[in-house]
Amino acid sequence: MSNAEVEQRMLRSPFYPRQAELDMLSAWHGWKGYQAADAFYCEDMEYFAIRNSTGVFDLTPMTKYRITGTDALEYMDRLVTRDMRKVQPGRVAYAVWCDDQGQVIDDGTIFHLRDNEYRLCSQERHLDWLTAAAIGFDVAVTEETADVAGLAVQGPTSFSVLSNMGIKGIGELKPFGLMHADFRGSELMISRTGFTGDLGYELWIEPGKAIDLWDALFEAGKLHGIRAIGTHALNLARIEAGYLQAGNEFLPADLTVRPGRTRSPLELGLEWLVDFKKPNFNGRRALAEEKRRGSRWRLVKLDIEGNKAAHNSYIFAKAKRNRAAIGFVTSAAWSPVCKQNIAIGTVRAPHGAVGDSVWVEVYYQREMHWSRVMARATVVDKPFWFPPRRGATPPGPY
Amino acid sequence: MKTYDAIVVGAGHNGLANAAFLAKAGLNVVCVEKNDYIGGATVSRNLYEDWTYSNCSYVCSLLRPEIYRSLELHRHGLQVTPYGGGVTFLQDGGYYGNYHDSEVAYREKARFSRHDADAYERYSSDTMRQCRFIRDFLLRTPPDPTSFKPKDIIELVHLGAKFMEMGEDRMYETIRFWTMSVAEYLDEYFESDVIKTALSGSGIIGTALGIHSPGTAYVLLHHYMGEVDGNAGAWGFARGGMGAVAKALAGAYQSYGGELRTESGVAQIVVKNGRVKGVALENGEEIDAPVVVSAMDVKRTFLKCMDKNDLPEAFHNRVKNFKIRGSSGKLNIALDGLPEFPAIPKGSTLYHSDMHTVDSMERMERAYDDWKAGTWSKDPYVDMLIPTLVDPTMAPPGKHFMSVFVQYCPYEIEGRRWTPEERDAFGKTVIDQIGNHSPNFKDLIRHVEVRTPQDIEDDIGITEGNIFHGELTMDQLLFNRPVPGYAQYRGPVGGLYMCASSAHPGGGVMAAPGANAAREILSDLKRRNTVPENFGDD
Amino acid sequence: MTEKYDAIVIGAGHNGLVCAALLGKAGKRVLVLEANEGVGGAAVTRPFADGYSVSACAHLLYQLQPEVTKELGLRPRLAADNIDTIVLGDGGAHVRYSADGIKGVGQEDADRYRAFQKRMQRFAGLLQTYLNKAPPRLGTRDRQSLFTLARLGLDLRMLGREHMQEFLRVIGMNIYDELVENFDSPLLKGGLSVDAVLGTHLGPRSPNTILTYLYRLAGNNGRVAVPAGGLGSVSEAIANCARDSGVTIRTGMPVSRILVDNGRVAGVETESGEQFPSLTVVSNADPKRTIMELVGARHFETRFTHRAHHIRMRGNAAKLHLALDGLPTFEGLDKKDYAERMLVAPDENYVERSFNPAKYGETSPEPVMEIVFPSFRDESLAPTGKHVLSAVVQYAPYRLKGGWTDAAREAFRQTAIRTIARYAPDIEQRIVASEMLTPADIEREFHMTGGHWHHGELTLDQFMFVRPVAGAAQYQLPLDGLFLCGAGAHPGGGVSGAPGRNAAKAILAREKAS
Repeated sequence: MSNAEVEQRMLRSPFYPRQAELDMLSAWHGWKGYQAADAFYCEDMEYFAIRNSTGVFDLTPMTKYRITGTDALEYMDRLVTRDMRKVQPGRVAYAVWCDDQGQVIDDGTIFHLRDNEYRLCSQERHLDWLTAAAIGFDVAVTEETADVAGLAVQGPTSFSVLSNMGIKGIGELKPFGLMHADFRGSELMISRTGFTGDLGYELWIEPGKAIDLWDALFEAGKLHGIRAIGTHALNLARIEAGYLQAGNEFLPADLTVRPGRTRSPLELGLEWLVDFKKPNFNGRRALAEEKRRGSRWRLVKLDIEGNKAAHNSYIFAKAKRNRAAIGFVTSAAWSPVCKQNIAIGTVRAPHGAVGDSVWVEVYYQREMHWSRVMARATVVDKPFWFPPRRGATPPGPY
Repeated sequence: MKTYDAIVVGAGHNGLANAAFLAKAGLNVVCVEKNDYIGGATVSRNLYEDWTYSNCSYVCSLLRPEIYRSLELHRHGLQVTPYGGGVTFLQDGGYYGNYHDSEVAYREKARFSRHDADAYERYSSDTMRQCRFIRDFLLRTPPDPTSFKPKDIIELVHLGAKFMEMGEDRMYETIRFWTMSVAEYLDEYFESDVIKTALSGSGIIGTALGIHSPGTAYVLLHHYMGEVDGNAGAWGFARGGMGAVAKALAGAYQSYGGELRTESGVAQIVVKNGRVKGVALENGEEIDAPVVVSAMDVKRTFLKCMDKNDLPEAFHNRVKNFKIRGSSGKLNIALDGLPEFPAIPKGSTLYHSDMHTVDSMERMERAYDDWKAGTWSKDPYVDMLIPTLVDPTMAPPGKHFMSVFVQYCPYEIEGRRWTPEERDAFGKTVIDQIGNHSPNFKDLIRHVEVRTPQDIEDDIGITEGNIFHGELTMDQLLFNRPVPGYAQYRGPVGGLYMCASSAHPGGGVMAAPGANAAREILSDLKRRNTVPENFGDD
Repeated sequence: MTEKYDAIVIGAGHNGLVCAALLGKAGKRVLVLEANEGVGGAAVTRPFADGYSVSACAHLLYQLQPEVTKELGLRPRLAADNIDTIVLGDGGAHVRYSADGIKGVGQEDADRYRAFQKRMQRFAGLLQTYLNKAPPRLGTRDRQSLFTLARLGLDLRMLGREHMQEFLRVIGMNIYDELVENFDSPLLKGGLSVDAVLGTHLGPRSPNTILTYLYRLAGNNGRVAVPAGGLGSVSEAIANCARDSGVTIRTGMPVSRILVDNGRVAGVETESGEQFPSLTVVSNADPKRTIMELVGARHFETRFTHRAHHIRMRGNAAKLHLALDGLPTFEGLDKKDYAERMLVAPDENYVERSFNPAKYGETSPEPVMEIVFPSFRDESLAPTGKHVLSAVVQYAPYRLKGGWTDAAREAFRQTAIRTIARYAPDIEQRIVASEMLTPADIEREFHMTGGHWHHGELTLDQFMFVRPVAGAAQYQLPLDGLFLCGAGAHPGGGVSGAPGRNAAKAILAREKAS
């Protein structure tokens, strides 16, 4: 990298030229060194593209690692809490990985590309952790963030768009499935994954073909309501889907300075991802101990009465006369598709069992003045938004 | 003869801070200073035409914000401007930049090692965890672990609780951090020699140890625990040079009615019937007060300015064995213009940063070997800065001032005083080294002030010119600082206190020892405490 | 699969044998598997030239813990006890000291030496108590840990205010400052510097060398002995104890791996492919080898293996063995002086300078040496009238720039002989045969990673609570059934038996608890 490239304010993804053409708001932020859009023209419309037609989101800044070698499976299996033996080549898995204390470092998706070869996609950077984890394994870990351009193509018409693009076999691709297709002489990888809780795909290609792919996609989606979307729309969709976001619902344990601010997978409601049947994985001893002793925290999905979004709210056990908060909200939104006031939060165990009522202290501003309400909230189990089309194979044309 | 409630000996930044808090509490205080200028090593001096030199300390980060705020130093002219980053010139003509912006810094590190670029985040978090641990103790008096007094036990329990709070694993990491060498600490994170070298300098600045000596990881902390406006680890320039800090402290002090007397060197601290009686000045005058606070280092205080017979023998011996070693020199240079550093790309922000010329761990350590052999490093570690790029007040427009800190430079050459020729040769070593990276540097030089530890001792009075008033090794930290049993700012004689960097938490322009000593004095006098508490959770 | 044992000990080093013997005494069925043909590990006597034998690694006995000898009923046969240390001076002006006294220095130094020894031995006494206990865990509610911690606090207080302060001050300090403050005699300062840095990657100016000095004293109060028949005889004696307690010792059985089944230890496999099942495996091998090679990093967690990977264990001590056709002539030494321990350390700065190159992967052009003539009082080691010189030569860094080639070894051998010749000019004429073991050779022969005596540098960041690494200081590694009993565990190296004994106690206590 030249000095100018090092010193430039933000890197640009290979899709940037097309995004810049669509941009009407000039609302950008930094995402792991890349310039990423908050929104291009209207947050609301971008959101509804996800729920009603197709939204296209630039995933290039996602941190990507390739893990190859004869010990790749064993390596992955020791790294993450879930059983990687069950993830066949051509499948994708959502996973979390922990430090030795059983605290979550990050979550991400693992693509089992082929035998002895995986790709790990995550929010944060972990090369030093992944390298340390490779001691004693015959694997090579390489960072390939800039070598792979990625697009999320999400929404009910996404299947139609990709079919329209001429991708064969896309109809058979199941959720968390993975396939390869030829795109103008390059390998296009398509996974049926996403961060929206809706029908959707993620497309991965070499950066040199990025613009072509964008153009082909938008051409194919022209009649299916395809739209570029920014981070704000995506974030709203992911809250509806009940997904966790690093930096919101948990902090990477190895980078957290203050004691007690980290979370274990059990505390994040991810016990289904922890396979104690595996004889060894990172954090196993600590998690087994936590399971025996009980967790300190519990992640809750909240259905809150009223319509005032509970941003940064404290959570209380009762409406009045509380000595201390039992927790706080980490993500909140008014869900346009569910017409529900929703939030994700963290509360001290044993509070927050499914079905419990808790109280959320909401501050909201109307014409300069602030108001406060204590709103009753119910702890719910399922994602707020979970349409059948998300799992349908083949998906409908919608 | 006028009498006072307290005499503060030495108008360095700690003496002034101490005097200010005492005066703020309503005490009648006089602060006496041997030089005709105040500030001690926190000083701006006009030694050449229209140039102002921060000719001792040169950057500001450690100054406790609680003190800054509580003494309203901004009202007395203090303004600290942050500056960013650093650069290391490589032997092969390249450079390594340490940028302020985290993403730019990431990309730069990735040029040397992607692994290290990632590891840096974990390194920062781990180091910050140690900073937070120690920072809590900066404005506290160290407990005496041998005491059964409730106050000491409460403080010990506090220390224990802070430690326990980390959790078992981090407790072990903390033990290791406090005892290991900076080189080994860095080895656990990084693979790039250049990146390690750039980070290791902070482990040995002002210290008579090498990067491989156990205990130097802690010294690193001493350079990281500062902040500018809540930006932990950031460094800044005091507008007008470091003397502005002293000037503001003096301004605050005087605004509370304190009296300041320069050219009033203390010949002796007078003791009568086991209590201090006052001080005898070099000019023969005597000033009486029931409280005498020394802002001189402990060696100077007890070995030079007190009668041995007034002190317990064991204490005297311990002070004699207190380690306070000259290990750093300084060059202050007036420049006709901005020197070119061809390695740095044109227009790069790196011009505004700390510049270093040592690019390998081996060179760092070899620099120390020269010092051990009783001479200055022939290939020294230098930390150079051009404050005039940020601060327009220090040189005429278009002209520049360069501050060059040099490690290692001994107090004596092979056990005897420096000769003028040797001082010149030392200066030449440093200038040549900078010249290797800047072709026009030598031609721009208008004036150079070369300061060996001996010069600093002669001018300022600090024993061996040691910037920390005593090595920051484990045997001289916390309840061991300056000597065991006397870490609570009280001297061995009634009414006598120590308020300078020889006391906890040690050196750097922090003003914490001065403030902590004031709190103890006010408590002994049963006066209202004027010393602020730690802001907490930063 | 063969018969089942309660515990298998990997390595018949002296610590492995101590551990096995104590487990055997407690009624356990124990199997010890040793790679070499003889027992003893680095405490071994073996021939190195025709008719000449030598203690091939450790060659003096000064740290064997009284608890160990008592519990095993061990009475090592000594060829010489409480020998003097003679720091060789030019022109025959030597300084000699022992735990009890000193000669060859001025009265002031002599007085101060006694005071210094008294003070250091008091601190060493406190340290010694804790060398013989498992380090407590911090921040847990484990009762034993809390008890030990409370006891430690109390013991510190019991030193008295003054000594407690002093202990807390000196424990992290370097020996150099302490010596310069106390003494005038360069030879005395040089000699004590060597005592502090022998076997380490430290110079006398490195902080932490007071600790290494105290560690040396924390055995037999600084008394140094020469066992009859070399160090190997001590190992044999312990081995016999073990056999008497029903322990099976099999030599020539190098273990290639520790078997892991379903997240716990299941036994071991030897290089010949033979498997020995057992639910308890105790490794006398160094921690790096145990964790990384015998078990494999994959059976542990990431931070743990990262830590193990970073254990500093690069040896600096080479071993020189000379077969001599007669005693060389040291100026100013009487005949009987050849029974003593001699040091080449003209002054403290010499020792520091000798360390400098080691930091850069170079050998000392002027090394420090510890020289003994074990054959002087022990005829079993050499033909009648002939002698053996055994010397530790520092610094010879394990990771030598350019590697330990034959040429590099030969160059360092000559450097060492030249250094001896400074004091005994006829040394070369006396040499019949010689052997130089570099740290690389020591690694090969004694299976110690880095050829490091202590199986890990003995510094505060690798001591007590964090030895060998954080999370494994109580002999139990984070893999059920796996224990460490060698020098890499608390308290460290030297022929002390402490790690072996502490490990045995930890294993038995654990069994009782479960």
